Amino acid sequence: MPAAELVLYQEEFQRLDSALKKLRQDSNARAIFLIDRTGQQIAAAGEVEQFDTTSLASLTAGNVAATDGLAKLIGEREFSVLFHEGKRDHIHISIVAKRAILLVIFDERSSLGLVRLRVKRANQEMDQIFEEMQKKGEKTIGPVQPSSPFAEITDEDIDALFSE
Amino acid sequence: MTFINYATREINCKIVYYGPGLGGKTTNLQYIYNKTAPDSKGKMISLATEADRTLFFDFLPLDLGSIRGFTTRFHLYTVPGQVFYDASRKLILKGVDGVVFVADSQEERMEANVESIRNLEENLEEHGFELRSMPYALQFNKRDLPNVVPVDEMYRTLNYKREPTFEAVATTGVGVFDTLKAVAKLVLVELRKK
Repeated sequence: MPAAELVLYQEEFQRLDSALKKLRQDSNARAIFLIDRTGQQIAAAGEVEQFDTTSLASLTAGNVAATDGLAKLIGEREFSVLFHEGKRDHIHISIVAKRAILLVIFDERSSLGLVRLRVKRANQEMDQIFEEMQKKGEKTIGPVQPSSPFAEITDEDIDALFSE
Repeated sequence: MTFINYATREINCKIVYYGPGLGGKTTNLQYIYNKTAPDSKGKMISLATEADRTLFFDFLPLDLGSIRGFTTRFHLYTVPGQVFYDASRKLILKGVDGVVFVADSQEERMEANVESIRNLEENLEEHGFELRSMPYALQFNKRDLPNVVPVDEMYRTLNYKREPTFEAVATTGVGVFDTLKAVAKLVLVELRKK
């Protein structure tokens, strides 16, 4: 089945944001990104402005999707952790709550062991946040609530986007 | 899967360009990239072979401006068209919100077009989607070549559900933005329905 639409409200965003900030501090990482499996960035922490975040999100999702494909080919359900080692910087990728990807970029100020340990801990907290998000989403599934701005999008609004 | 972020007031949608190999999917994206103002586009990524054939995907993030206070961002992807990359094609359709089918108008490619639409249908089904209910636009590319099939014949063979259909020459940009606009509109209309 196609994944349900992902709606992120202020409250969950802030909780995810502070979970990422804490993880960055605890793991001594350069930057941390939380990415949807389709390649959309959900939240980030650390030296974010140093990276092309949109490209990073899309390539990470592509990487995870390709690795998932590999796993299935050899009869594994998934490879839940990916690690790329560079000369200076390294990338640790893991799956959170089955639907999101946690990307940690770190250098010699941290270590793979420390990152793995801290990511494991942070995963539990984020699992919980996603679970609550899902519940909230289930409640609002069906026609968008009247307060949603999208139910009232007019043809003129859409045309205005393409006016140039 | 549309991603609505109330915290940053953004809507993100994913559009996939599908079609047979060497049909002009990457060329569509390159033209859009070249003609878009620098502040409304991100970097274009092409994961291609040394011979410039798409290996995994091309990716282009595009800001279309705001709608009801929400920044609308479209992520455009192409799939590798060559038949043997089917596993990669399936992966890219994950979470898709709208599809553009780029058909090659040359007579000798008609069979490949038909085969590719069938493949699209199957791969969408694997993700639980139906082409019939998916925001979808059709493009007849390479109209400038001498050996093209007449438009009405192509329409009869390839049009699936009376989706918006455009003649195009992606190398010079003819029809490229019309196709993109049509599918983007359908995606936004779909969002309204939800």
